[in-house]
Amino acid sequence: MTINIGAIAPVAPAAPAVIEAQKPKRSLGTLPVSLATIAAIIAAWSLTSAYGLVSPLFLPSPLIVLKAIYSVAINGFVDSTLAQHTVASLLRIFAALAAALVIGIPAGLAIGTSRIGKGILDPIVEFLRPLPPLAYLPLIIIWIGIGEASKITVIALAMLPPIILSTAAGVKSAPADFINAARSFGATRLQILAQVILPSAIPSILTGTRIALGAGWSTLVAAELVAASRGLGFMIQSAAQFLVTDIVIAGIIVIAAIAFLFEILARLLERWFVPWAAHR
Amino acid sequence: MSVLSLQSVSLAFRADRDSRETRLVLDGVTLHLASDEFIAVIGRSGSGKTSLLNLAAGFLKPTSGRVSVDGADITGPAADRAVVFQDDALYPWLNARDNVAFPLKLRGVAKGERRLRADELLAKVGLESAGTKNIWELSGGMRQRVGIARALASEPRFLLLDEPLGALDALTRTRLQQFLLKVWSESKTGALLITHSIEEAMLLATRVVVLAPNPGRIIADIPASFGKQLLSGKSLQDIKISPEYRRLHDGLTGLIHADSEEEAA
Ligand SMILES: Nc1ncnc2c1ncn2[C@@H]1O[C@H](COP(=O)(O)OP(=O)(O)OP(=O)(O)O)[C@@H](O)[C@H]1O
Ligand SMILES: [Mg+2]
Repeated sequence: MTINIGAIAPVAPAAPAVIEAQKPKRSLGTLPVSLATIAAIIAAWSLTSAYGLVSPLFLPSPLIVLKAIYSVAINGFVDSTLAQHTVASLLRIFAALAAALVIGIPAGLAIGTSRIGKGILDPIVEFLRPLPPLAYLPLIIIWIGIGEASKITVIALAMLPPIILSTAAGVKSAPADFINAARSFGATRLQILAQVILPSAIPSILTGTRIALGAGWSTLVAAELVAASRGLGFMIQSAAQFLVTDIVIAGIIVIAAIAFLFEILARLLERWFVPWAAHR
Repeated sequence: MSVLSLQSVSLAFRADRDSRETRLVLDGVTLHLASDEFIAVIGRSGSGKTSLLNLAAGFLKPTSGRVSVDGADITGPAADRAVVFQDDALYPWLNARDNVAFPLKLRGVAKGERRLRADELLAKVGLESAGTKNIWELSGGMRQRVGIARALASEPRFLLLDEPLGALDALTRTRLQQFLLKVWSESKTGALLITHSIEEAMLLATRVVVLAPNPGRIIADIPASFGKQLLSGKSLQDIKISPEYRRLHDGLTGLIHADSEEEAA
């Protein structure tokens, strides 16, 4: 009996190992731990509220925040429903993203492919990049007024540097052989740019877009705190003025949830549009 | 018939990034490739083979000397000289068929016709069912065949091949050598093949050129007829045991070997 087990034992563990190696690995390794962390935070929050350790004025319970989300969704707050606030914010983000892509990708291509382009644009990008967008928001309001245009401009300016720099980096990453191959088939400069360099740069541009969305999203909320009559940032700011803490927290959670969805969307786009990037 | 000529071509690279000193990589190389020839260039690593091909392609400009096609100096790469690269340089965002059709697209050939022509070429290289495959789904040998089909789609007068079979296993390599020979014989293009393999050079080329290093210069330019024998149906084994083959093989080995002893001394 013991001999049998001894003989089989060394073989048995090997079998699952082989199956595991054949399965493509998924990066779900940290997910259970992350979920547990979130659960722990919510539990601690609930307990804090339940035992009255902190006044509900400062920290309402999770349930109250959930009710606040529901109430803002149905009845609205400061003249708009949650959906209207959210749509107002999203429209600004996407308008700014469109503008930043339209300007940023050609600018990045110019930096990456031409000395003159680099000479002209580098100082501008390097000036803009470290500036907190809120530092130039007042100036932009002076220039183009307090309407939608100024908010979209500030958000777009915050999105520009990552898009420009990632495009330029993507251009540099195009293998010399790719370009030489096209040249030996008689490609013109424009054809090389459009059909070799740009496609090579797309994975990098997508990464830059992801970073830009993050930068744009934080700028958006800040810009709406200063000047808006609708939007998630405005909703939070108004709620804070009346000390409606549950709506403040509700707004923060919605903003975090949307940022998280952006991240997932960006990853899906990468998987759909540049599946080859993983095989370089 | 066209001729691609390198006349007393020398090439120097800067020794360091910031220094003015230069290092001679090719010294007075003269080579004429007619569009019905198959020239194989052999030489040790670093002897300047790739540099030679890059000059012929127009990727590099000679420090002195001339590179010309039919007497006219070349100004850079052009569609009459298509290159096949050692690491295939296929575009991963295009499938196999679109890679092959790429040179046609550059020329503005209509989509339907492009597809037709690309499928023909894929069939010619034995990949008729791989047209819609992604590049990363292909084996190394399949990729090189796609690369060759892509170069052929360009309908060049000269095919410039930089160790296209270097990364392949011995069996695949032998198969692709015969395939390359057949493609060349049917295509009426001049071929310049860079290779490390004496055997490959002998079996494919109508002329074998030996490049000695430091600086790179041609020390032998020998006609060979084994490719013709293969094409006319003679078996690989019979060719390899012929005294003629042994003699040339020994001679070329000696040339490359002698040269490395000289360096060691
Ligand atoms: N862009 C460059 N700048 C400076 N030196 C270079 C450059 N390209 C090649 N060299 C040098 O020129 C010499 C010849 O290089 P080349 O690539 O032509 O050799 P090769 O015969 O193709 O070698 P291999 O068989 O390893 O491919 C080498 O010593 C290399 O270091
Ligand atoms: Mg080389």
